[in-house]
Formats: sequence, C-alpha cells, structure tokens
Amino acid sequence: MLRGPWLARADRRVTPILFVAPFFLIFLVFGLFPLLYTAWISLRDWQLINGDGGFVGLVNYTKLFADPNFYNALVNTVGIFLLAAIPGMLASLGIAALLNRPLRGATWWRTGVLLPNVVSVAAVGLVFGQLFGRDYGVVNWALGLVGVDPVDWQASTWSSHLAVASMVMWRWTGYNALIYLSAMQAVPDERYEAAELDGASRWRTLWSITVPGIRPTLVFTVVTATVSGLQLFAEPQLFDTSGVAGTGGSDRQFQTLTMYLYEKGIGHYDAGYAAAIAWVLFVICAVFALVNFRLVRRFVGHTR
Amino acid sequence: MTVSGRRPGPIVYGALAVVLAVSIFPLYWSFVVSTRDNSAIGEKSPVLLPGGNLLANLRAVFDTVDFWSAIGNSLIVSGTVMVSNVVLSSLAGFAFARLRFPGRNSLFLLVVGSAMVPAQLGVIPLYIVVGDLGWYGRLEAVIVPGLIGAFSVFWMRQACEEAVPGELVDAATVDGCSLARTFWHVAVPSIRPQAAVLAMLTFMTTWNDFFWPLIVLNNDSPTVQVALSQLASGYYTDYALVLTGATVAVLPVIALFLLLGRYLVRNLVSGGARTFT
Repeated sequence: MLRGPWLARADRRVTPILFVAPFFLIFLVFGLFPLLYTAWISLRDWQLINGDGGFVGLVNYTKLFADPNFYNALVNTVGIFLLAAIPGMLASLGIAALLNRPLRGATWWRTGVLLPNVVSVAAVGLVFGQLFGRDYGVVNWALGLVGVDPVDWQASTWSSHLAVASMVMWRWTGYNALIYLSAMQAVPDERYEAAELDGASRWRTLWSITVPGIRPTLVFTVVTATVSGLQLFAEPQLFDTSGVAGTGGSDRQFQTLTMYLYEKGIGHYDAGYAAAIAWVLFVICAVFALVNFRLVRRFVGHTR
Repeated sequence: MTVSGRRPGPIVYGALAVVLAVSIFPLYWSFVVSTRDNSAIGEKSPVLLPGGNLLANLRAVFDTVDFWSAIGNSLIVSGTVMVSNVVLSSLAGFAFARLRFPGRNSLFLLVVGSAMVPAQLGVIPLYIVVGDLGWYGRLEAVIVPGLIGAFSVFWMRQACEEAVPGELVDAATVDGCSLARTFWHVAVPSIRPQAAVLAMLTFMTTWNDFFWPLIVLNNDSPTVQVALSQLASGYYTDYALVLTGATVAVLPVIALFLLLGRYLVRNLVSGGARTFT
C-alpha cells in the first residue's frame, strides 16, 4: 500500500499542470515564438524572395514612422474600430438582455442572432459591396425613398468607414450577444429578486445587477474585441471586391494596418518591413486592450 | 416570481424580430441571387424572390472549383479544431476553476493576457516556420495553431466555475479518486451544455476563418473560404456563382446548429461563486 498515497500525491501535483499544459504549449509555439521572431525579423532587411539581407537596426521602424501610408492605415483602423466597437458592444448587451427573458421559441431566437456569423466572409463582402453599391445598391435605394441623394460609399473615407463598420457590427453583434447571454444565465436569481423588492426599474436592473454580474466575461470580450477590431482584415479586404489585395480602395480610404501588413509582407515580399508593422500593431493592441480593460473594470465596479 | 421569470411583452418580440430580420436579410438575399443569374444584382430595385437558376449555378460552382474537396478539407479542419478545443480547454478550465496548483492565478492571467497578442501579428514568422515544417499548402498549417485558444480556456473555466460542484470534487479527491476520473465523472456531466456551445462557436469561426488559410493554403488544398475567394477573384465576378457557393458553404454549419442549438437554452443550476478579477 506504499504506492497508493505516493501515486495520489503525484496525481494531485502533476495532473493539474498536465491539464493546462496544452494551451501554453500551443501559445508558446504559435503565439509567443512568432511574436519574438517578428521582433527579430523587424530589425533585419528580410525579403521573402531573396532571403535574409542582414541586420539593419531600426531602419524599418524609422521608415515606417515616416510613411504616410502607415498613418493613413492607423487612422483608418482606429476610426473603423471606434465606429464598430462601441455601438456594437452596447447592442450586444441589449440583445443579450432581451434574449435572457423567458421567450417562446427561445432556441430559434438565440440561433437566429448567430446567423450573420455563419455566412462566409467572401459572401458577406459581396453582399455588402452590393448593399452599399453606388448605382444599384439597396442602401442607396432605401435612401432614395426618403429623398436622400445616392452616396458613393466606397469613394470617400467616412462613408467607406461607415460601410465597413456596419459590416463588422453585422457580423459580430449577435455572436457577442450570445456570449454575454451565456454569462447572464449564470447570474443568480436572488440578486434579481432583491432588485425587484427594492422596486428597481428594468433599465436600472440591467446596469446594477446584470452588467456587474457578467463582469469577467465583459472584461474578457472587451479585450478580445479590441484586439480583433484593431487587426481587422477580412471585412475591408472583401468590401473592395475588385481591388488589389491589401490596398483598401483606390486611395487607401479603408486600408487597415493588417491590410497594409499584408500588402507589404505577402504582396511586396518585404518581411522586415511587415514585421515592423506587426510589432507596432501589437503595441497598439496591447495599449488599447489594457486601457479598455481598466476602463471596464472601473466602470463596471466590483460585484461584491 | 423573479424578474427574468416574467413573460416578455410584444415590445421585446418586436425588437428581436427587427434584430432577426437584419441578421437574416443578407443571408436570404444571397440565397435569392444564387437561384438567379448574375443580372439579378444589377436591378434598379432589389430582387427579393427566388428564381429557377439554382441547379445550373450549383453545377457551375462544382465545375469551376473542386468544391467537394474544399468542403471535405473544411470539415477536417473545423472538426479537428472543434474537438481538440472542447477537450483540451475543458481539462484546462477544470484545472483553473477547481484544482489547486502552484501559479494557478498568474497562469490564468497569462491566458487572458495572451488574448492581447494579435493572431495576425505572427503571420510573417508563421509563414516562414510553416515553410520550414513543409506544411505549406497542407491542412496541418491551419489545424495545429488552432488546436486550443485563450477564448476556449476562458469559456470552459467560467463553465466549470458555474456548474462543477466544488464539494463533489473535494469529496472525490478524499475518496482517492484520480483527478482524471474526477474530471470524467464529476466535471464532464455538468459542463456538457457549455461545451456544446463552445463546439458550435469554434466550428463556426474555424469554418469561416479566412486570413490565415488564404495565406498558407494554395489552390490544390483550399478550405471552403479559400475556394470561395477563388470564385470571387478575377476581373469579372459572377455574383450568382459566388453566392451559390456561399449558400452551400453555410449548410454544414446550419446542420451543426440544428444539432446543438438546443444547448443555447440552459436550465440553470444557481450560479456558484466566481473569483476571477
């Protein structure tokens, strides 16, 4: 019987580590390593076709910070992100609160809001390109009904941003709503009962009971939404159905940082420069994510 | 009588109906175009009723690209990524929520922090590494990096916090039950609904993944999304063709929804204490 307790102790010590190990293994190889490797590449003159041209120091970065296309892409990225993320998150919360009610046919409503995420991005690009078409687009057609002149959505900066942002919102609002809903379902009923006894309105209950109750999920989704919003690629890429990969419109009206990265790295084979873009993008993502993380934590307050 | 127990009125249904209509319209419209020909998108007022061209379009899609093998590839990729995410993150989530081990909290913070690393960032070195591994144009290139993600771990940890009774885990340990058996007999039965939802979400996002497959896969081994972008590229885009392909591409995901959708509605056990942040 000597083996028994020894094995049990080893089990209690080692097994939890084994349970969490796969994540860290994958993250190390496909997350952290590429991150560091990218930093190294960004300090070199590295062309994908000619290979490594040697250490060049911060040349890629100084070139980048003097590159007007970089600032253009940066402004576009942040602009589209703000246009899509803030209304999108609020809408997700609202929809989740509605879905959290005891609805008839609840499964159908809940599955329904996920449908935009089911549609292939390529199709989303075509459909939205069509919806926002200048001559035959549905949006302009609808605007025409109320007497507004047709808008050339792709042509100008603000209108293309609006169109791309609506695409992003359309695709992700329901998805996020479902994640919030799942967290809301775990908020204990007693808290709602207490709020009702206090005579709190539904609006008040949402902000003081539901939102603090789903705080961990809220914080996590804000971080991931920030990061995925700032590395936006598929939607703007596909909004420009005829253009060259990565340019984002004839005048780069809606070229995001990831598109610029793609244009430089995959299109022009300039891995060193693309790596510099990637690192700047990472720093921006980390700063935004941390700021939002703190904002949400402070804003939502402590549950207990 | 709880607040969430009150039956919602017509305003709630009305608002949801609007949300649903907006959600479905582009999907419906792409179906309509897939049953017509390319001229349908050039009409002055939008075409809203299906036509009779679906079969011809289907034939054209399967003649233009090897759509069957694209669907097969996507099934392999999304299926593998789905199963591995559910299994691996259930184990990790259970450990983070219910087991004690050194560095548990800081390791979990690292999981959350890792969500701040943009996936696109590693594209250049990943591209090089995948080439070194000889995975260029092979499905491993899109499967292996996706085997487990921060979101999945976070999700299953929340699920275990909510649903796995801590006293039962402790009791099993005292009785000399191994942690693997405890996981199987105590955790797995209680987290099944959340695991089913995670399976749905993972399959769906992997199925629709675009950026990375577009870069590493070539035309010989495309996923559905890459095949669709092949259909869409070129000087002249045949909308009817692409949207027919897209309509077909939606079907496997819808099938999975029909299978697992009921888990979106949970009969909730009252929430346990949560400790994160």
